[in-house]
Amino acid sequence: MLNASVAELSSALAAKRVSSVELTRLFLARTGALNGALNAFITVDPERSLAQARAADERRARGEAGALTGIPIAHKDIFCTRGLRTTCGSKMLADFVSPYDAHVIERFAAAGAVCLGKTNMDEFAMGSSSETSFFGPVRNPWDLRRVPGGSSGGSAAAVAARMAPAATGTDTGGSIRQPAAFTGISGLKPTYGLVSRYGMVAFASSLDQGGPLAKSAHDLGLLMNAMAGFDPRDSTSLERPAEDYTRDLNPSLAGLRIGLPREYFSEGVERAVLARVREAVAWFESQGAQTVEVDLPYTRLSIPVYYVLAPAEASSNLSRFDGVRYGHRAKEYDDLFDLYCRTRAEGFGAEVKRRILIGTYVLSHGYYDAYYLQAQRLRRLIAANFAAAFARCDLLMGPTAPSTAFALGARVRDPVQMYLSDIFTLAAPLAGVPALSVPCGFDSGGLPVGLQIVGDYFAEARMLGVAHRYQQATDWHLRVPGGAPL
Amino acid sequence: MSLSPAQIEHIARLARIALSPAEAEALRTQLNHVLELIDEMQAVDTRGIEPMSHALDARLPMGQRLRADEVSEPDRRAEFQAVAPAVERGLYLVPKVLE
Repeated sequence: MLNASVAELSSALAAKRVSSVELTRLFLARTGALNGALNAFITVDPERSLAQARAADERRARGEAGALTGIPIAHKDIFCTRGLRTTCGSKMLADFVSPYDAHVIERFAAAGAVCLGKTNMDEFAMGSSSETSFFGPVRNPWDLRRVPGGSSGGSAAAVAARMAPAATGTDTGGSIRQPAAFTGISGLKPTYGLVSRYGMVAFASSLDQGGPLAKSAHDLGLLMNAMAGFDPRDSTSLERPAEDYTRDLNPSLAGLRIGLPREYFSEGVERAVLARVREAVAWFESQGAQTVEVDLPYTRLSIPVYYVLAPAEASSNLSRFDGVRYGHRAKEYDDLFDLYCRTRAEGFGAEVKRRILIGTYVLSHGYYDAYYLQAQRLRRLIAANFAAAFARCDLLMGPTAPSTAFALGARVRDPVQMYLSDIFTLAAPLAGVPALSVPCGFDSGGLPVGLQIVGDYFAEARMLGVAHRYQQATDWHLRVPGGAPL
Repeated sequence: MSLSPAQIEHIARLARIALSPAEAEALRTQLNHVLELIDEMQAVDTRGIEPMSHALDARLPMGQRLRADEVSEPDRRAEFQAVAPAVERGLYLVPKVLE
């Protein structure tokens, strides 16, 4: 059961081979046994989870069950949950209990899914290693001395270690795909606007997008069916007819045009990563797909563009943490100004402060044009790069990250080194296009490598189908990490 | 472009974050490295290119969706104030701002 896919668990529940209460107990026990070593969860509330599981079993008995009814799912601690604390990995929100549920949480509740707990993450989703959390770093179940990636590192580690069948995450610059790659699981960042941001603690609102992490592409589709959908409370939510993201799981690969961005197969990428990605591409060619070289010339510039725009938006979004309406408040202060300054000095960690200060600077008088507007103009060129590429191919393939999981502490003191490792994941959210990562093998040290598939707007079902075909022919996604044996 | 200690102090003040002198100096070094990275953008001539502010405005230009001006939320003041650090008689408490 622990290694079963959501699709398989769904069938087992439907056939009454297992109950939701039994499944929930199984995963709660596994979480209890492994969380000390991995620190993947910040908050677990077994009574609450089991009450939801009992309700799911009753719903099934009434004949009202859907595909996710009774499936335990872990949620990134960035999604507000009414009555269960939401910390966003920060001291600022360490004791915050939201008065409402995020749209994503409501959707899973409506589907009858069970909330297994809230997963650890980089503070306010700012990081690529899950080391900036106020609650301590998450460890990679493939090697406990290494990071699981970030910022959705707790969700990724939980799924990889089989503590949860699937999880939610958010991706602003790669925060779903890079941890999925580092932990040997599958993760999807949808087209911007498909998943409501209501109740998702804001980092960079023009980039933030919720999405699923799971063991297989098929499971990502099942989760997307619940997560996606119009929500009037998010002003950027798209009004589109509902889609079945599992409708195209077995597409023909003959004639599929795969674009290989020259910039993604360059020096600076670890040799084992390039080798595994090339082997995956070769498998698609063996199935009749054609490859075409394409150019994404602004790939390198996506790093400075992102590290201007995301901090600029963050500096504005995080101004809400003032010590007055919710969250941490300094104990001692002289006046209102001092209350703000001390509250924020105490409540935010080092990386969050760095980004707020960068964002404040690039938006400040005299620098706005040179930094913020220049970054927004380059953002349009980055989006145009994708449009030109998709005129020549159906989707793009390349590495999700230039390396496999790096060592804990290796990059935490050097922000620029950390930012450079995001090179292949930043462009998709800047353009708003969907992108996913699926495991495609291991390096010589036994660490997973991720294959990234980037599609045009709303190409999720096709991309998931292409990834599913690959997972039907390979078993990388079924491998269980040595640090969390079954 | 390199930030001076006075600039760090100014930005921190704008951002309402108190910094000790040691923190300010460490941040100055780190932020200057980040700004070196950011300055790579200046190599591209972007004259005539419209700034892109929304993830989908390259493909799906959409205006801001407006709702009808009707009451849509119930009064949940008590619930929202339950998570505030200091409230009294329905008011948020802050240090005195007027003498």
